[in-house]
Amino acid sequence: MFELLGIPPQALFGQLLLGLINGSFYALLSLGLAVIFGLLNIINFSHGAQYMMGAFVAWMLLTYTGINYWWALLIVPIVVGATGIVIERVMISRLYHLDHLYGLLLTFGLALIIQGLFRNQYGVSGLPYSIPAELSGGTNLGFMFLPNYRGWVIIASVVVCFATWFAIEKTRLGAYLRAATENPTLVGAFGINVPRMITLTYGFGVALAALAGVLAAPIYSVNPNMGADLIIVVFAVVVIGGMGSILGAILTGFGLGIVEGLTRVVYPEGSAVVIFVIMAIVLLVKPAGLFGRTQ
Amino acid sequence: MNFKTIILASATSLLLAGTAMAQTAVKIGVLNDRSGIYADLSGEGSVIAARMAVEDFDAAGKGITVEIVSADHQNKPDVASTIARQWYDQDGVDLIVDVPTSSAAFAVADITREKNKIFMNSGAGSADLTGAKCSPNTVHWTYDTWALAHGTGSAMVAEGNTKWFFITADYAFGQALEKDTTAVVEAAGGEVLGAVRHPFPGTDFSSYLLQAQSSGAQVIGLANAGGDTVNTIKQASEFGITQAGQALAGLLIFITDIHALGLETAQGLVLTEAFYWDLNDETRAWSERFAAENGGAKPTMVHAGVYASVLHYLKAVESTGGKETEALMAAMKATPTSDPLFGEGMIREDGRKVHDMYLFQVKSPAESTGPWDYYNLLATIPAAEAFRPLADGGCALVAN
Repeated sequence: MFELLGIPPQALFGQLLLGLINGSFYALLSLGLAVIFGLLNIINFSHGAQYMMGAFVAWMLLTYTGINYWWALLIVPIVVGATGIVIERVMISRLYHLDHLYGLLLTFGLALIIQGLFRNQYGVSGLPYSIPAELSGGTNLGFMFLPNYRGWVIIASVVVCFATWFAIEKTRLGAYLRAATENPTLVGAFGINVPRMITLTYGFGVALAALAGVLAAPIYSVNPNMGADLIIVVFAVVVIGGMGSILGAILTGFGLGIVEGLTRVVYPEGSAVVIFVIMAIVLLVKPAGLFGRTQ
Repeated sequence: MNFKTIILASATSLLLAGTAMAQTAVKIGVLNDRSGIYADLSGEGSVIAARMAVEDFDAAGKGITVEIVSADHQNKPDVASTIARQWYDQDGVDLIVDVPTSSAAFAVADITREKNKIFMNSGAGSADLTGAKCSPNTVHWTYDTWALAHGTGSAMVAEGNTKWFFITADYAFGQALEKDTTAVVEAAGGEVLGAVRHPFPGTDFSSYLLQAQSSGAQVIGLANAGGDTVNTIKQASEFGITQAGQALAGLLIFITDIHALGLETAQGLVLTEAFYWDLNDETRAWSERFAAENGGAKPTMVHAGVYASVLHYLKAVESTGGKETEALMAAMKATPTSDPLFGEGMIREDGRKVHDMYLFQVKSPAESTGPWDYYNLLATIPAAEAFRPLADGGCALVAN
């Protein structure tokens, strides 16, 4: 009943908007990955677990201490980002002189451990987290009923993505960071503490994942496997956008969300693979990704 | 160890050997999901339930030694068959219980038949376990897709909800559930307006919900399970689907799913289950003991099914005085079942255990007195109507 050409324009707008919302999560998560890979050359496989931790810490704050969603948006990225800093200092920093593969294996192992610990403590069914009262309800847009919370997710995601892009590409601090990845010794010679900058960058990437986790908590099931389900798609997004490209990660995240959304209307059975089909085509045609630079 | 203790020890072992003359030793393997999406509804809880059955039966006092082992099949048929094979061939396991995930259950059923052991399933859903793929070595205890489709499907249609739309997990179980429910809806004069098959597992269901909404259906049937169902219901509430007047029919929902959703989101859902902890004094007493060992979480119907099936098996071991498979299966089918959780029932010749099923509606937060107080009983579906008639299953064991 939902033929390719038979989609009424109203339904089409609705699906485009939904795709954009999912794209917001892809963009936020792939942005964190791209920042970490671009500046540290680490393929952070524990990103999904850190996203899950974000959702869980938000739930813990609400359940154990009564701290609400808005404070969680601020506190959770700091807390989870701090765990990222510890992990970088204690473990990842020992791997910078080795091949990418070692960082990938380490972070993958960490992801399994973190997920296992949460599963052991909280089970797998998931925990309830309500939409904050200020954002409950929805707006009738004529072509669809848009829950206010989803609208908020798009706005928050666009703002955070733009701010990150701006900070890295347009500010002096960002220039230091980019310079440090090109030639850490030279930048260090100018009196800049490069290792500390790298550590803080990893912490920031992890904080972005945690923020996405807080945003996701009210609408997706808060469970230990929530990141594992998403991370593979997000990696495909990063590969399509071009590894390490900030702008690529953001635009591809939103774009693929829309493509996936449309596939759900036209051929829902294929919606899980469409992103990987695109990834395969992009890799064949432009191996560095849509926005990547060949080195 | 001094001389005196050695004497004592040997005397004790002689005594033990004396009483062991009449003893039967049985080994029960609890095979289920211990880390994935079904770990809360089966998992360690099923091991606890099996252990409680052994204690309540007072196996030791009746000269039966019972050992319980457990393993994680990760919801994968290949892992399940490897473990089952090893248990039967090397570890001397006599009975495998639980095994959620239909594909894994089919694998275990085949191996059990090949090795001529016994398989009592509680966790899996496919009605084919006692239908086209039935086995003389399988008992299917708790529920199946036929019972779920008929329980929830008929009830919704009877209330005048005749137009349906399905959101279906795109794999064998989801498709079977959709097919069974479609049959029920159409037989009752209803109509299925459409269906959307989503990849398994999924995260975002809003797109499918919007399609369901614009279909104009009165009921959105959720032919999926576990985390997928939880997410679909959560998002249906967010998108105002239920508030706008469409009803959700959860076709396979466990109490752990309701716990995960919270009543604010889950209220009003109609669902079919074989067991609820708050049915009567006996189920309450048992569930309280269970919860004390299970970190406070109440049992699911799968846990209850493991308890009751182990109990019935041990009764057969006692009455036949051994563990010969044909004799045990014959005794289990000949003796009516009776336990505090499912009441009176029986095991049919196709291996289907029949008992009453219950149609529940999820309480509103105001009606609930606290965690786990989730269901209002709408109707009891009598055992005779709850399961597929014996003749319709296509089981080769059933004489025509």
